[in-house]
Amino acid sequence: MTLTYYLVLAAILFTIGAVGVLVRRNAIVVFMCVELMLNSVNLTLVTFARATGTVDGQIMAFFVMVVAAAEVVVGLAIIMSIYRTRRSASVDDANLLKY
Amino acid sequence: MDTVAAEGLLSSAWLVVALPLAGAAVLLLGGRRTDRWGHLLGTATVVVAFVVGLLCTVQLAGSDQRSVDVDLFTFVSAGSLDVQAGLLVDPLSATFVLLITGVGALIHVYSIGYMAHDPRRRRFFAYLNLFVAAMLLLVLGDNYVALYVGWEGVGLASYLLIAFWHERPAAATAAKKAFIMNRVGDVGLALAIFVMFAQLGTVSYEGVFGGVGALAGGTVTAIGLLLLLGACGKSGQFPLQAWLPDAMEGPTPVSALIHAATMVTAGVYLIARSAPIYDLTPTARTVVLAVGAVTLLIGAIAGCAYDDIKKVLAYSTVSQIGYMFLAVGLGPVGYAAGIAHLLTHGFFKAGLFLGAGSVMHAMDDQVDMRRFGGLARELPVTFVTFGLGYLALIGFPFLSGYWTKDAIIEAALDRGGTSGWLLGAVAVVGAGLTAFYMTRLMLMTFLGRPRWTDDVHPHESPSVMTAPMVVLSIGSVAAGFLLVNLFPLDEWLAPVFGAPEEAAHVVAPAVVGIVVTAVMLVGVLAAWLFVGRREIPVVAPSRVSPVTRAARKALYADTVNESLFMRPGQWLTRALVWVDNRGVDGAVNGLAATLGGSSSRLGRAQTGFVRSYALGMLGGAVLVAGALLAVTAG
Amino acid sequence: MSGSLLLLAMLVVPAVGAAGVAALPRANAALARQVTLGVSLVVLLLAVLATVAFDPGGERFQLTTSTPWIPGFGVDFALGVDGIALVMLLLVGVLVPVVVLASWRDVPPGRRSMRAFWAWLLLLEACMVGVFAATDVFLFYVFFEAMLVPMYFIVGSFGGPRRQYAAVKFFLYSLVGGLIMLAAVIGLYVVSESAGEGTFAFEALRDLDIDPGVQRLLFLGFFIAFAIKAPLVPFHTWLPDAGAEAPIGGSVLLVGVLDKVGTFGFLRYCLPLFPDASREFAPYVLALAVAGVLYAALLAMGQSDMKRLVSYTSIAHFGFIALGVFAFTTEAGTGAVLYMVNHGIATGLLFLVVGMLIARGGSRLVGDYGGVASAAPKLAGVFLVAGLASLALPGTNSFVSEFLVLIGSFPTRPVYTVLATVGIVLAALYVLLLYQRTMHGPPRGVLVDTGDDAGDGAAAPAGGGHGSPIGGGHGATAATATLTAPAPARAVMRVRDLSRREVAVVAPLVALIVVLGVYPQPLIRLIEPAVAATMSDVGADPAGTTPATSPEGTD
Repeated sequence: MTLTYYLVLAAILFTIGAVGVLVRRNAIVVFMCVELMLNSVNLTLVTFARATGTVDGQIMAFFVMVVAAAEVVVGLAIIMSIYRTRRSASVDDANLLKY
Repeated sequence: MDTVAAEGLLSSAWLVVALPLAGAAVLLLGGRRTDRWGHLLGTATVVVAFVVGLLCTVQLAGSDQRSVDVDLFTFVSAGSLDVQAGLLVDPLSATFVLLITGVGALIHVYSIGYMAHDPRRRRFFAYLNLFVAAMLLLVLGDNYVALYVGWEGVGLASYLLIAFWHERPAAATAAKKAFIMNRVGDVGLALAIFVMFAQLGTVSYEGVFGGVGALAGGTVTAIGLLLLLGACGKSGQFPLQAWLPDAMEGPTPVSALIHAATMVTAGVYLIARSAPIYDLTPTARTVVLAVGAVTLLIGAIAGCAYDDIKKVLAYSTVSQIGYMFLAVGLGPVGYAAGIAHLLTHGFFKAGLFLGAGSVMHAMDDQVDMRRFGGLARELPVTFVTFGLGYLALIGFPFLSGYWTKDAIIEAALDRGGTSGWLLGAVAVVGAGLTAFYMTRLMLMTFLGRPRWTDDVHPHESPSVMTAPMVVLSIGSVAAGFLLVNLFPLDEWLAPVFGAPEEAAHVVAPAVVGIVVTAVMLVGVLAAWLFVGRREIPVVAPSRVSPVTRAARKALYADTVNESLFMRPGQWLTRALVWVDNRGVDGAVNGLAATLGGSSSRLGRAQTGFVRSYALGMLGGAVLVAGALLAVTAG
Repeated sequence: MSGSLLLLAMLVVPAVGAAGVAALPRANAALARQVTLGVSLVVLLLAVLATVAFDPGGERFQLTTSTPWIPGFGVDFALGVDGIALVMLLLVGVLVPVVVLASWRDVPPGRRSMRAFWAWLLLLEACMVGVFAATDVFLFYVFFEAMLVPMYFIVGSFGGPRRQYAAVKFFLYSLVGGLIMLAAVIGLYVVSESAGEGTFAFEALRDLDIDPGVQRLLFLGFFIAFAIKAPLVPFHTWLPDAGAEAPIGGSVLLVGVLDKVGTFGFLRYCLPLFPDASREFAPYVLALAVAGVLYAALLAMGQSDMKRLVSYTSIAHFGFIALGVFAFTTEAGTGAVLYMVNHGIATGLLFLVVGMLIARGGSRLVGDYGGVASAAPKLAGVFLVAGLASLALPGTNSFVSEFLVLIGSFPTRPVYTVLATVGIVLAALYVLLLYQRTMHGPPRGVLVDTGDDAGDGAAAPAGGGHGSPIGGGHGATAATATLTAPAPARAVMRVRDLSRREVAVVAPLVALIVVLGVYPQPLIRLIEPAVAATMSDVGADPAGTTPATSPEGTD
């Protein structure tokens, strides 16, 4: 079935995103990887919505997009302010919040 | 013995207790306002109490009913326990009321002079009144709880009065020691009351004496021994005698009233009052005898070695109360003799203490007899009254002590058998020792050459002090004859102890009298040989025999108490404090520390690296997904 | 006013008062304490009215009122008192105004405001009323835990230097106990549900027949909470810390009333609800109680901090109370309840006097004082009265209760009783040691004035005026002359004797000590029927320990 291709693609995208989050230090890249994961999930949602013939998955995908948009705004703002104070976009440099 | 409800004047017998109590309350609560007339009020309440007591006694003597109960109110009633606040007026309690209020009134009068310069004289009279009230409650109560209340009440008054000059650490310590050792005895008394309640369901004299016959012998003996423990504490008897000499830290009138004439004889009263119990338990009586005999000797031996005039008199008191215990331990033949000796002792010992107070008053409050000497000329009234008390105490023929002490020695001998001879011998030896130490005291204080410190100028005390001494010395001379021959005490007390029976004498009374007198004269002579005919050094010689050394330490009673109880107690306390802080609290704090420590160690996982958190989240998500798959697929 | 509203009023008045005091303007400090005093006096009045309305011979629970609160779980807002709860309410009513007056001039540490203290105090009073008046187990639990909050703030905000530590310790200890009890409370509900209708009402739960194994667990759940609260050894170590660090008013209420909830709980909940388990565990509880009597008394002797010392004496006294409760006789139980009241009065007074002494010297250590009696006779006198009441001298209120406990326990538990009786000697020791060290002897310690002008006669007790018998007065024996060591001649103590306010604080308690010591029967009449009912719940003979060979009549 064609469904499988979509799901495999989503899984590949998700994996790329997850690995990217884990291995890259640049905050912008990490951020984009997060977006990649979100969108891979969206793809899955839409795929299943199509398969079951309901709109629930599509509605959910819209939700994710809205939240992701809001997240981009807040996240970029945070990255900007971190970059301004630390002159670095590396997430490993922002490690003050610990034990 | 049937007890009837009170009528007439006797129904107001509670006034006897209430008057001094009210006096104490007014003086304590009134504060400085009552400073000016406080001593007069304090004396007046006791005098009026004496008058009321006298009238009650007269009414009692005039009626057929010799045992009258005055019921006041319900003190405690819970479950099957019912304790009434009630007074029992019978010949025994009436006798004690007269002694307490009579001698008490005299000593109050004396104190007006003795304490005249003390800024806290009012409080002194308040405490004295408190003592008199508690003591009267002790002897008048119609049940063991009332007795217990009075019993601890006199303990409190004694504490307050010994510590009257509480700035002096010695006085404060002596007061505490007295209270604690008394409390040890009180435990015995309390336990005796518990046993009575558990076995008989009542604590009233009437109920206990009525039911005690039905109890098992062992139980009665237990009650007897527990009561004896209480009596030993209050009366300074072996093994709880060590507090009494220390109690001499109190003002001298206190020593006279509380630690000679009245409070310390409460133990004798307790045993005499509990006669129906002791009649049933020869074992307990034997222990009483042993305690009396041992204490008699301990007191007499220690009395020979001290140089402090009040301590000598204190050990003399210990010894004389030993005689009384000996008497009441003999059972029915001895009760009246013991009480008679108690009364005459009340007169002459109070007189002796007041005399000692007068001497101290003259000598700037010194008590070291090695610094006295030749005071007979300076203090004639004191010398004569003290001398009469001295003669009465050593049993000079036909004075008070002669009659009552001989009666005890006779009763002891009449017991027969080895124990009778042994007790008689102890009592006779005690009489000889008494003569020795009292003669020594007389010689060192009133006779010989003056050895005064430079700055003293002896002078006779004011008449407000000497008058009570004169009255008491008359009592010392006459009381014995009156109580034994003229108004026989044993007949008056017969309603309480049973009619006196003519005992078959083992030794003829006349022989006893002669032997005792001879021994007494030997004691006097020995004192003259050792003390009277040579110069007395002002510093006690240190190179002395082990016997003297032991006697100076009162046969190591304090040493034993300290090493057996005090030091282990202190050690135990310290150890327990450590255990509580380190062990019990340590366990709790340790638990808290463990929790805190492990949480901070776990907190180390929060590294601050976002990516490791992300790895954790991913791992968690995989785990959950895997688990879900395993469940749904499996 | 109808009787049933009295209890509600006693609960509402202080709660509303607390809110009112908290809302007062910050500037007017005097108004806050006046309002607090007024409110607490109203509660006292209500308590007296409740006593008048109470009929000792009547129903077990009186002045009852009940409204459904959480119907789904059978929880009612049910109030009512038996004789035991009533006397505890009276105690609360008496102690709170005294505490208010005693804290009148307290200065809170840091920048805190006394207004908050007054508000917490009133809230605490409301909770204490609730805990004693609740006849619904769930409601009781709510008040039991709610009580912690005001006390936590009173200790933690207004206490001594280690107040934070003490407050947290107190809170955690109590909370642990409380949570264990919560489990047992829920367990009780489950049992009642399986037996029919689920309920928390005390009367209904009492009639349940609980399986022995379950009883044992539920008993332990309640017991541990109450044993921590009371506290019994070995759950006691929070009390010395909390008692020592709390402000004096807090210490009085903590030891005087709050801890009584523990012993009250034994009597109200453990015994009637779990009679079989109570009988089964009684020997162990008695062992803890007697161990507490002796252990805490010895520890009290070893303390150098006066407030800790008084706290330890309380632990010893709680041992006596537990002995009385678990001896299962009417006499001992009555004595135990009376002991709760008397201990509140006696130890309350002792804490207050110690607090007054500390307020003068600024130190809590026994060793920093000495010879106060000569400079402040009234203070010393009240101190002695409190001490004597603590050692249960006859004539003071504590004697009656201690005597009842011991004489009532002896017939059923002779060994434990004899051991506990030894405790009265230890009690005398720790009280008299404390008294001697602080009050007797030459002037010494932090109160001694070391200024240059020392030695001018007026206030100098040991100044040795002419004819004064004290400096080297009557009867300074040769033997003791060496012991009268440090020449007291120039030491002058400047210490204020009790002020009028302080006299007003101690006078009611002293009066109660004496009056209840001489004529305790009115209180006993209130208490005895309730205790007898409890004893019949637990299967003991409510008539008392009538021995087999009882002769006709007693007295």
